[in-house]
Amino acid sequence: MSKKTVLFACGTGIATSTVVANAVTEAMKERGIAIDARQCKATEVRSELNGVDLIVSTTQLPADLGVPSIVTLAFLTGMGKDEALDKIEAELRG
Amino acid sequence: MAEALMNHIDPEAIVLGVDSDSREAVIRLLADRLKAAGYVKDSFADAVLARETTMPTGLPLGRAVNVAVPHTDPEHVLKPGIALATLKKPVTFANMEDPDEPVEVGLVFLMALNDKDRQIEMLQEIMATIQSEEAISGLMQALSVDDVTAVLKQ
Repeated sequence: MSKKTVLFACGTGIATSTVVANAVTEAMKERGIAIDARQCKATEVRSELNGVDLIVSTTQLPADLGVPSIVTLAFLTGMGKDEALDKIEAELRG
Repeated sequence: MAEALMNHIDPEAIVLGVDSDSREAVIRLLADRLKAAGYVKDSFADAVLARETTMPTGLPLGRAVNVAVPHTDPEHVLKPGIALATLKKPVTFANMEDPDEPVEVGLVFLMALNDKDRQIEMLQEIMATIQSEEAISGLMQALSVDDVTAVLKQ
């Protein structure tokens, strides 16, 4: 499977999205999926969508982005982490 | 467990058993400590509060105590560091995932972020800490900075 581009978003584009990007990139590697991780502010996702396969955000995203997206705190709180990873894997393999 | 977290929390910016009625009061209290210790600019507290209204930082943990990690853009920060407050009674933040959903928060980590390498370490240490029920209850019971250090060293 070719490398997938995932856009990680949070309020500042530098804080929680970095934690999530590291956690997801690592976990997907173990599942055999290479990720090209990008980051941005949630308010700026619309201008960062070129080539993006999936958006993972810790905060609300604008509506109608036309790209699959997952909003989750699982990688910060630890709650529901496996389910979130399963969902991300399914999106990337889909 | 998260011993390194103490490398980022300034002992001068630890306030235990805060008796506050609002998140604004808690954020201003901690921001003042960070400012006095040279971590942030005058504009920091207002910037954090403004951001909290549109991009909230409450994290529901599904347990007795929820956490908030308020922070803002690097231009308000002089050097990276963390202030910590435990609250006598919870104050209301909004859920990071959904600004319309209130979260009753008892433990606040106010983060001054401006260094990409440091902040990922800081955040990962905070997240590791809040994922431990034992660490959270230890912090909530802490009566001194030494207690906090002891909890984070476990």
